[in-house]
Amino acid sequence: MESRRNPRAVVDPKVRQVGFFTSSQPDSTHQPDPIASESHPVASSISPSGNSLSPVMIPPPRHNSSDTFPLRAAAAAASAVSPSSFSYSTRRDFPDGSMTASPGRVSRASFSKPSSSLPGVGMDSMAAAKSSSVPASGLTTVSVVNMPPGLSEKESDQKKNSKPLKEKTTKAERRALQEAQRAAKAAAKAEGGKAPLVTSGSVASTNVKAAKPVKPSSQKNDVAVAAPGPSEKKGGQTEKDRKKDAPHPRMQYDDESRVVKAKRRAVVKQTEAKNRVELFRHLPQYEHGTQLPDLETKFFQLDPMHPAVYKVGLQYLSGDISGGNARCIAMLQAFQEVVKDYSTPSEKTLNRDMTAKISSYVSFLIECRPLSVSMGNAIRFVKNRIAKLPITLSESEAKAALQSDIERFINEKIIMADTVIVKHAVTKIRDGDVLLTYGSPTAVEMVLLHAHELKKKFRVLVVDSRPKLEGQLLLRRLIKRGISCTYTHINAVSYIMHEVTKVFLGASSVLSNGTVYSRVGTACVAMVASAFRVPVLVCCEAYKFHERVQLDSICSNELGDPNAISKVHGREDINYLDGLTNNANLQFLNLMYDATPSDYISMIITDYGMVPPTSVPVIVREYQKEHSLV
Amino acid sequence: MWRRSASFILDDERRRTSNSPPMADNTTRAPFQNPDAISAYYQTRAAHHGVITSDWLAQAQAAVGGGVSGEENSDSSVSELGKDKSFNVIEEFNGWRKQPDLAEAVAAIRALAAVIRASEASTMMELEIELKKASDTLKSWDKTSISLTAGCDLFIRYVTRTSALEYEDFNSAKSRLLERAEKFGEISCKARKIIAMLSQDFIFDGCTILVHGLSRVVLEILKTAAQNNKLFRVLCTEGRPDGTGVLLSNELSKLDIPVKLLLDSAVAYSMDEVDMVFVGADGVVESGGIINMMGTYQIALVAHSMNKPVYVAAESYKFARLYPLDQKDMAPALRPIEFGVKIPAKVEVEMSARDYTPPQYLTLLFTDLGVLSPSVVSDELIQLYL
Repeated sequence: MESRRNPRAVVDPKVRQVGFFTSSQPDSTHQPDPIASESHPVASSISPSGNSLSPVMIPPPRHNSSDTFPLRAAAAAASAVSPSSFSYSTRRDFPDGSMTASPGRVSRASFSKPSSSLPGVGMDSMAAAKSSSVPASGLTTVSVVNMPPGLSEKESDQKKNSKPLKEKTTKAERRALQEAQRAAKAAAKAEGGKAPLVTSGSVASTNVKAAKPVKPSSQKNDVAVAAPGPSEKKGGQTEKDRKKDAPHPRMQYDDESRVVKAKRRAVVKQTEAKNRVELFRHLPQYEHGTQLPDLETKFFQLDPMHPAVYKVGLQYLSGDISGGNARCIAMLQAFQEVVKDYSTPSEKTLNRDMTAKISSYVSFLIECRPLSVSMGNAIRFVKNRIAKLPITLSESEAKAALQSDIERFINEKIIMADTVIVKHAVTKIRDGDVLLTYGSPTAVEMVLLHAHELKKKFRVLVVDSRPKLEGQLLLRRLIKRGISCTYTHINAVSYIMHEVTKVFLGASSVLSNGTVYSRVGTACVAMVASAFRVPVLVCCEAYKFHERVQLDSICSNELGDPNAISKVHGREDINYLDGLTNNANLQFLNLMYDATPSDYISMIITDYGMVPPTSVPVIVREYQKEHSLV
Repeated sequence: MWRRSASFILDDERRRTSNSPPMADNTTRAPFQNPDAISAYYQTRAAHHGVITSDWLAQAQAAVGGGVSGEENSDSSVSELGKDKSFNVIEEFNGWRKQPDLAEAVAAIRALAAVIRASEASTMMELEIELKKASDTLKSWDKTSISLTAGCDLFIRYVTRTSALEYEDFNSAKSRLLERAEKFGEISCKARKIIAMLSQDFIFDGCTILVHGLSRVVLEILKTAAQNNKLFRVLCTEGRPDGTGVLLSNELSKLDIPVKLLLDSAVAYSMDEVDMVFVGADGVVESGGIINMMGTYQIALVAHSMNKPVYVAAESYKFARLYPLDQKDMAPALRPIEFGVKIPAKVEVEMSARDYTPPQYLTLLFTDLGVLSPSVVSDELIQLYL
């Protein structure tokens, strides 16, 4: 509520604090229970584009404080080096996405981060085998960022600053590092394509190996895609190039097998797109189209990968499965297969090994397509359940328990939640309504079909947009059932909004400040509706809620294939932009998601009932309580 | 423009089908229902408005239990139905309602607590079923009263939301339930006093308060302020068709509070000299908005555009699980309007007795749970209904 004019301000009205203050801990993300907390940061760390990573949630590496000094120095150095790497570290430190910048703040924040959560870390190290690693990667990021520029002609001071880090590496490793980088430089001069990738892959691995003693244990970093970043970094000669090809934020990790796997894959796919919009450099973007055939041929060769997960990954990559619920269900069913076929290797406990396996599969899925928030929450749930398995259970019992847990999650949180949402939503549909929907949200489709079954008289307006044109699928399904529909593109939304009585939208996630994170174009529709005073109803299951806060659509998003924009399918006559993807003066931006502020939303329909957007943090809080009890 | 509003189509249909739409519902109602077209709630309100003047109160105190009541003609039919039950919740309800100062929902809550006390069930399930049946009976007595429905629902949720239900011993569980029921009843009874106390800080010397409708809670607030020797003056809207303005001004002048009566249409004209607006609520909905007497939305809009705070005084049992999207999204409650002159037959009259004020026009809610902002209502409801 905006502040009202109140001349004699009251002395002490008994104002009740609600929302975040009523729970026993002010930061609901800080939990006293380290076990539970680990799955928390884990899931968030593995869904980079979906969830921003809050460093406060992530236990820092198990260093003593002496190591924080190099971090600080390195961070200061890093901040001096290039804006992009700098912005990366700020992004790490400020989870709400606000990229305020001052080097001092960065270093201070990064300094305080490890020290503040050190005690927690001690416990974490005991528990181990939980993937939590991003501050480790934070460290590695900084170190990797520093080392290549350290070798260039300009940044000799970086070398000095990164010396404390380098002290940890042995002489042999450093020599190997230098040779590799020299080789990479030479190779990159020769050819800007695959060679740097390969060599830089090896460089990356040596880098990582060098960095390994810096970070103590093999904590798995679930975020994938290694080589292209450092490769580009090494290959880039001029300052400008180096700035342009800033290291990919999520590429560093310490796990050997991961690096190798990424390298192997890096040769095949994930060549970083060179021509990218400056503002979105913090998001991954790759050349599309090359991966699928290669991955298909490799289907029988990938030992560590379970075929079900591989299949799901391929389906994501090709776009066969899209939409929050569908992706989540497909992934969970693949995990069920994994659990079914799982057998504990000797000398390993089921909890830890299973978690490690799941993490590796998740990183593969991320390589195919960045995680959606729904998937992130589901993965968090699965890891939570694995962690909570009693040690005393036999393997088959544990497997059965896990499978039934996953089944229950799918049933309760997705399928039954949808029926509850439909039940609430149809009460809002009256005879004579004109309902507008955008894209193809599964929840809204179910609502419309059910309302039609209840013999309500309404008509539907489907708004669609390029390049995905998802609305056409929804349109077909509605028409098949006999609902009268109108179809238009998003350009016409202000033209037709005057005849609309209600707007139903779907969501990929709803964030804690009530912001709806959904398919790109949703914000546009919601704002126009709000300008016309048409109520906007968002249908979203509660498991998709997330406790992070996002103020804009930039800090966290997903970039799609730019070629999809340049090419207009089926219309050869207007393909003017075809082939211009690599033009230096033209950058294509294909965003997948956008954030709709809560002011434009009238109500959110969830399986907890119809709530105003301000109640989302309450539900997130209750949800977590429910999970910690379960 | 109004062609696009769904309500236009609804009205159209209604006009086309028959001439007596309100009559249609009545035939489907239970026998002990109010046969009249007028919402029972508003009938009782009208009666109560006449009833709670202080003169009458004085008489009532003297003659409490004497059976003086402003109830409507449904009583006789009600008692017929109740004969077969050994314990009749409706009788209990009516008994409580005879106390003129008691709100309906509170009377219902007390009646439901009595149901638990008098219940002969031997298992928890049976008790819950009994409670549910009693509450349904009470709710059906007047379907348009939001506070009644909300009060009953909240009572049942509150009472059964205890881990005591998992005790093996039924009697201890039942006594725990009874304890909670009594507590809920106590809170609801004392709600007005608590609210009055909380709102004292907001009334400062020399302020001008605009009041709309005749809410007993708001009256309590103003009474308490006067007792605390605060100097303020009150502007009351006329409140057609209920005539609440005249009644309120009577009351306030007895307390020596300077009162000025306004036409309903003179609110914007006088809004400049107003410091704050106080209204009651028939029901508080999940979005944080309120459903109140017709005219509240208008006043809230004017106040909002002139940056005057709008304070709502509502007890917590009025929190309902409704979520209206617009004015027509609620169960209709109609009330005939006397114009004094004859209206030609072809002319329609908007007979709705209440409107919905969205939460963005409200500043604060004074409830017995504390001083809340509108978004907290959903918080409370979620916690209770989760």
